[in-house]
Amino acid sequence: MFWDKQTETLKPTELKEIQLKRLKKTVNQATKVGFYKNLLSGAGIKPASIKTLDDIRKIPFTKKQDLRNGYPFGFFAVPMKQIVRIHTTSGTTGKPTVVGYTRNDLDAWSGLIARNMTMVGITENDVFQNMVNYGMFTGGLGFHYGAEKIGMTVIPSATGNTKRQIEMIQDFSVTTIHCTPSYAMHLSEVAEEMGAGLDTLKTGIFGAEAWSESTRNTLEQRLGVTAYDSYGLSELFGPGVAFECPERDGLHIWHDSYLVEIIDPLTGEPVADGERGELVVTPLVKEAMPLLRYRTGDVTLLMEDGCLCRRGKKIARITGRSDDMLVIRGINVFPSQIEHVLLGIPEVGNQFMVYIDRINHLDEMTVDVEINREHFSGELSDLARLQKKVIKELRDALELRTSVKLVEPGSLPRFEGKAKRVIDRREGL
Amino acid sequence: MDAKKYLIKQISIFSENRPGRLAAIAHALGEEKVNILAFSIAEANGFGVVRALVDHPQKAHDKLQSLGFNIAFTDVIAVKMKDQPGGLYDIAKILGDSSINIEYSYAYSGKDGAILILRVDQVEDAIQKIQKSGATLIERSVFH
Repeated sequence: MFWDKQTETLKPTELKEIQLKRLKKTVNQATKVGFYKNLLSGAGIKPASIKTLDDIRKIPFTKKQDLRNGYPFGFFAVPMKQIVRIHTTSGTTGKPTVVGYTRNDLDAWSGLIARNMTMVGITENDVFQNMVNYGMFTGGLGFHYGAEKIGMTVIPSATGNTKRQIEMIQDFSVTTIHCTPSYAMHLSEVAEEMGAGLDTLKTGIFGAEAWSESTRNTLEQRLGVTAYDSYGLSELFGPGVAFECPERDGLHIWHDSYLVEIIDPLTGEPVADGERGELVVTPLVKEAMPLLRYRTGDVTLLMEDGCLCRRGKKIARITGRSDDMLVIRGINVFPSQIEHVLLGIPEVGNQFMVYIDRINHLDEMTVDVEINREHFSGELSDLARLQKKVIKELRDALELRTSVKLVEPGSLPRFEGKAKRVIDRREGL
Repeated sequence: MDAKKYLIKQISIFSENRPGRLAAIAHALGEEKVNILAFSIAEANGFGVVRALVDHPQKAHDKLQSLGFNIAFTDVIAVKMKDQPGGLYDIAKILGDSSINIEYSYAYSGKDGAILILRVDQVEDAIQKIQKSGATLIERSVFH
């Protein structure tokens, strides 16, 4: 199902035309921001210099720190009287980042949410319980207004009081939920303890955290939903930037509203389609807070193949942060790639540690991984074969030779919160 | 012939190749009053498998597992040898003449004589051939 079929299935030439038109408008809008005025004049760029989409590469990137430096309203391109709402992103390091919206911005944003939800078959007949923070976090009000736009029955339940949440799902015959994957897991456990059936549920929208395919399977089994991944960030309105279609093989990013580049985080140069890198986005329909080439810090790739649903090119599910990237013998490696390989080998566990050394002027990467208790046959030869298999699969995925050490189950460190799985022992870098 | 009664449960323990692992295993078995009749360590690239023949395999298994060790049972057979020069040759020749391929093997010699422990691929076939040759297999009932 489509919310805006014409826009969602634009032909490549039509799409490029719209993107270029909107890019020019956005660059123009950005010159109303002091930061961009200086940035553009410093780079010798006038709005008129943007003649093709590729010209965007003349513009320097915008980083999260730039936005922090502009706290609170330094990036607003319109007078305050036109700003109708403000959200902030959590300031884990230093001050939060403020994002502002005009009335048109809110309309564009809720329109994107409506596209996403309609894409997975949600209609005005559905009852929607929105179990995320309704305060400064963009996920609450963002989904709320998108769902209302479709005409769904919206329950703004927000977070907390899980038993009450479960009662509401039952009493109001809720069909669709939105929350973080970790809260969904908690919800399913509490429902199980209560012996509460959640039979009316059909669709689960999960976002704001990275989550794995095995979490998807667990949530689908326990909650009886089809689970969809939702991606967004406050700087780009909030949730709704990209979303899985029923194929659930990558996320459709709305190319008419977001100009996408995937770059090598070290060189800033574009990578080829199908290669992993950092997602850089220039939003094309933002009024209050235009951004140019914003570095999201999220690692993904642009998928080469078209999708059965006929919408535009997809990005892969986010697999980590560009800050975590390692360069081993000149090859870019993301720890998430290693995790992905290990998840595909049932004979080993999901915990791992990576050690990097420089031996005889060459980078050597060693991956420690636990053997899976259930798969131990007692035979040394089976272990040796497993070790070879892990080495081969890592080499296929990373195009890099690694050493693999099989360690005892439970012997690797478990992390709560941010995991530190990489120990770089190279010196003088 | 009931070949099963000659299948002996060896315990095989996965171990990283670092100091103290054997001591940890041995200490646990000692605490549990499990006697080790024979053992060997097989080493590969950075890890190994400790193989042991013990008087109470199930007790040993449960204890080590409760301590977090990764442990499995492996079926082996045990052949009696003469504890004198040429004793190993007698048995090895039988195996060779019968085309029995050994995956790995270790031995012990105690007051009741010497025992050769064997892990072979075609175990039932091997048991038949060894018996036909007149050599003596140890029954699993010797171990609890």
